[in-house]
Amino acid sequence: MTGTPTSIGLDTAGMAKRLADDIHDAWYVNLGVGLPTEVANYVTEEREVVFHSENGILGMGPTPGDNEIDPWLVNAGKKPVTLRPGASLFHHADSFAMIRGGHIDLCVLGGYEVSQAGDLANWTTPSGDLMPAVGGAMDLAVGAKRTWILMRHTTKDGQPKLVETCTYPLTAPAAVDRVYTELGVFEIRDGGLHVVSLSEGLDLETVQARTGATLHA
Amino acid sequence: MIDKRVASLTEALEGIGDGATVMIGGFGAVGQPDALVDALAEIGPRDLTIIANNAGWSAETGISHLMARGLVRKMICSFPKGSEVFKSLYTAGKIELEIVPQGTLAERIRCGGAGIPAFFTATGYQTKLSESKETREFDGRHYVMERSLTADVALVEAWKADRWGNLIYRGSSRNFNPIMSMAAQLTIAQASEIVDGDGLEPNAVVTPGIFVNRVVQVESRVDDLLRAQKAS
Repeated sequence: MTGTPTSIGLDTAGMAKRLADDIHDAWYVNLGVGLPTEVANYVTEEREVVFHSENGILGMGPTPGDNEIDPWLVNAGKKPVTLRPGASLFHHADSFAMIRGGHIDLCVLGGYEVSQAGDLANWTTPSGDLMPAVGGAMDLAVGAKRTWILMRHTTKDGQPKLVETCTYPLTAPAAVDRVYTELGVFEIRDGGLHVVSLSEGLDLETVQARTGATLHA
Repeated sequence: MIDKRVASLTEALEGIGDGATVMIGGFGAVGQPDALVDALAEIGPRDLTIIANNAGWSAETGISHLMARGLVRKMICSFPKGSEVFKSLYTAGKIELEIVPQGTLAERIRCGGAGIPAFFTATGYQTKLSESKETREFDGRHYVMERSLTADVALVEAWKADRWGNLIYRGSSRNFNPIMSMAAQLTIAQASEIVDGDGLEPNAVVTPGIFVNRVVQVESRVDDLLRAQKAS
């Protein structure tokens, strides 16, 4: 049923919350810019999750009020943030040693396409952007212990984003462990997409029709 | 006696010529030594290669200002989006761009300062950014060889400095500054405060003075930092 826009399943807040529910206590977590950043709002207080920012912060807290902004403290999206007790600050080589050295438990990124083999495309378009930019996406995708993608299940015009083979330029091959969309949660293992859960009220047939690769129940 | 303090931005920037490769610290506006960069734009050396994470954020100050003056030939960075000046120059074919994954950029600079000519990383394997680069398999995993980066000059921002060139930083302004300080022939630091007497507390020093050649005191541009936060 490609070509049909998806208007079923969770809203973006629901997607962020669904992913947040799977984050464990005491994990060190890097959240990408955009929708992944929203995940922090849904990690409940009984878990102590330490948020990492590429620009040299462990232990990021919520956005400050207008009168509490520290001009010298921003997140990877260059927005003001706060520090939680136990936070630390460091330089870029240490920050990416945390990422590339496999010390970060989880990174959450957005995606243009994810293949059934776990290939990730999320940094540039096939025609090449007017102006390419990569940031830390390639480092995070290969370096974190787990890479989870939080994205819409289809494009705005209804094309599947979970595919057999990526058509977009790769960010990293075989890097993705899980994909969270408005329609469900999918695990990538043994070269295939396995359904962890489907959003309330949806059946496999409905979700499969919006997916470009075979879903294994 | 060692005294790396200089009295003015012009004095701090003495000796930077046409064609120089210049590392500029900062992540967005935080930690970017805008007073030094703006003073460099006034001096006006041409055909510069700039190594920085971003391509600036405002045509009035910093890296974008340098570009708006037509002084930059090539940009080596991870994320040039957000700079309208860079975008218009790039789309008009007036500036070269080398895109580097952010962690690879940091490690290339760190290695440059540590005397390591090249290294292998899994980042970028089987992507457009590793085309034509040597690859190698270690213990069943594939890696790309990356060359280190050095520069003629590094411009960095610190929170506090002393006459020995020791530096400490504030908040998230550390970012690329400590590693760039290590990777250049001439490292010039601007600091909000240069402490007198016995200098900075040794336990607190982040960048040891051996990596720093000149320090100059400038007032922090708090309004610019807040404007940059709003613009992003």
